Order: sequence, then structure tokens, then C-alpha cells
Amino acid sequence: MAKFFEKLKNNTRHIFQFVYFCLSNGYAAGFFKGKIFRGKSKLICLPGLNCYSCPGALGSCPIGSFQAVLSDKNYKFSFYVAGFLIFFGAIFGRFVCGWLCPFGLVQDLLYKIPFFKKLKKLPGDKYLKWMKFAILLIFVIILPLFVLDIAGQGQPWFCKYICPSGTLFGGIPLLASYEELRDSLGGLFVFKVAILSALVLLSIMVYRPFCRYLCPLGAVYSLFNPIAFYRYKIDESKCTKCGVCQKKCNFDIAVFENPNSLECIRCGECIKACPHGAICSTMNDFKKKKNDE
Amino acid sequence: MSFFKRNRASFILLFIAIIFIFLGVWREEFEVVFKKAVNICLECIGLG
Repeated sequence: MAKFFEKLKNNTRHIFQFVYFCLSNGYAAGFFKGKIFRGKSKLICLPGLNCYSCPGALGSCPIGSFQAVLSDKNYKFSFYVAGFLIFFGAIFGRFVCGWLCPFGLVQDLLYKIPFFKKLKKLPGDKYLKWMKFAILLIFVIILPLFVLDIAGQGQPWFCKYICPSGTLFGGIPLLASYEELRDSLGGLFVFKVAILSALVLLSIMVYRPFCRYLCPLGAVYSLFNPIAFYRYKIDESKCTKCGVCQKKCNFDIAVFENPNSLECIRCGECIKACPHGAICSTMNDFKKKKNDE
Repeated sequence: MSFFKRNRASFILLFIAIIFIFLGVWREEFEVVFKKAVNICLECIGLG
């Protein structure tokens, strides 16, 4: 029994991710009926990359919504969606990626599959990690805003040509349960499944390749990491710069030098691993204050 | 240092976020979001 609770404690984050996924995608009937939820809660953007065409989704995807407004001929910017992004970013930063993203959970689970050679990072990681910012700028902002049809309407380029979350949580379940949609299958779907398959395979070898190199939402939240309410701190009096935190970090971040790196998804492995208890989050300030009272 | 001073930037951003959301509601952007979210997005699922 003690072993079971120990295991639960070690997997707190994955349990949290799973519960959050079930809550934010709680329209279970949609998976069987091949329909999506049409309630008012879809006015709200969810923090993670959660396709609104997932049959279970109860809220909207912030990246999809941002493109939808930008590609609408009546708007050139979305204050509404940007507001949600800043709101979540200011509170959590990339904590969202580590704890509240359905596709992040999928990648976490895939990385648990044993493989003979796990890679700490891909060759060219130093440059590849900037690709997510290029995708944000080009596919999420510039193309939906400026490439218009004759009616003045743009397209959600990122959702259409890249997003593997839409294929996995939206496309596959809908096509499985909605026969008429299957007649429309074509080259685009094959292309998107190929992207998804490549990322699935890569996720077994490298930790979270989509979050590291491609996710525009991760790019947005990464900018908030150093200033969000939820941050990491190093207690200089305790830190010996032994590097255990970097060895344990799946993103290979030197946490002792840069606790609020743009790449950090706040998985908390470094906090658990530090032999001197030198890393803590701003949440500890609250706990400390409570204890002092 | 007080909690507010340590998190000044986060508070400012939170304030901006709330203003932005209200501005978006005033500009009726939420209608575009809602319309897109309650209909199957063919582009998102790889059919459009």
C-alpha cells in the first residue's frame, strides 16, 4: 500500500494532467456520436493547446481562436484571445505546458516507452528551439492576417498545416465516429497524419519535441516565464552548482544558472532532484507565509 | 520585499489581460471565437 502511494506521489503531475484533460474534454457523448460540444463554455479559451474540434472539448483553443479572429475580414487583432493568453501567461507562464496541455500529456506518456537510445536533445537544438517563435509569427499571425481569399477571409494556417493536436484529438475521433466526414479524406489529412506520426515517433526518443521546437503556444507562454507569478528561485546559500538539476532536466536546462529559462515547463523534476533543497517555486512563499502565521 | 513589489510585472500584465478581454468583448470578437468553436473546424481536423 505504501508503495502504491509512493507511486502516486511520484506521478502527481501526470495524474493532474489526466484529470485536467478529462475535465476540459468532459463531453464524453461527443466521442460516440461524432459531434462536438456546442455550449456557451466554448466562449472561453482554455490555457493549453486543446483543439475545439475535439468531440469532448468544453472550451476553445487559444491558438485556433487567435487565428480565427485574425483571419476574419472585420478584425486585424484579437484583444479577446490575447487577453486570455496574457492572463494565463501572467499567472502560470509555461506551467501550462507542463501541467495543463493535453498534447503535452501525450508526449510525456510516449517518452516513457523504452527505447535503446534516448536523446537529451536533437542536433541543432540551439537553433531549432527558435523555430516555435517563427511558427508563431508566420503561421499564427502573418499568414492568417495577410493571405486572404477574394472575400477577404484568411485561413488558420497553423491549425491547417501543422497542429498535431487537432489531428489526434479532433480529426481521428471525429472520422472514427462520423461516417460522412470520411468521404472528404484527402491529401491534407494524410499530410497531417504524417506530421503527427513523425512527432509520435520522435517523442519516444526525445522529450516533448513538439513543445521544444514547434508549439506557438509554448512560445507565447515562454516569454512570461521570468515574470509570471509562478516562478522558480535558487537559494544561493544552499546551491553548490553541482549540476544535478541539469542532469535530471529533460530539457537539459542549467536550472542553477537560469531557473526561469524560456524552455522550462515547470515539471518540478529539478526541485525533487536537488540534494540541497536549493530550488523552490514562488508557491513556497505562500506556504512559508501561512506557516509563519 | 512585499508580494506586490516582487510581482509588479505580473500584476500589470493581469490588469492588461482583463482590459484586453473586456475590449475584445466590446468589439464582439467573442462571436467569431464562438462560431468557430461550435462548428467542426475542417482545417483543424485535416479536411479543409
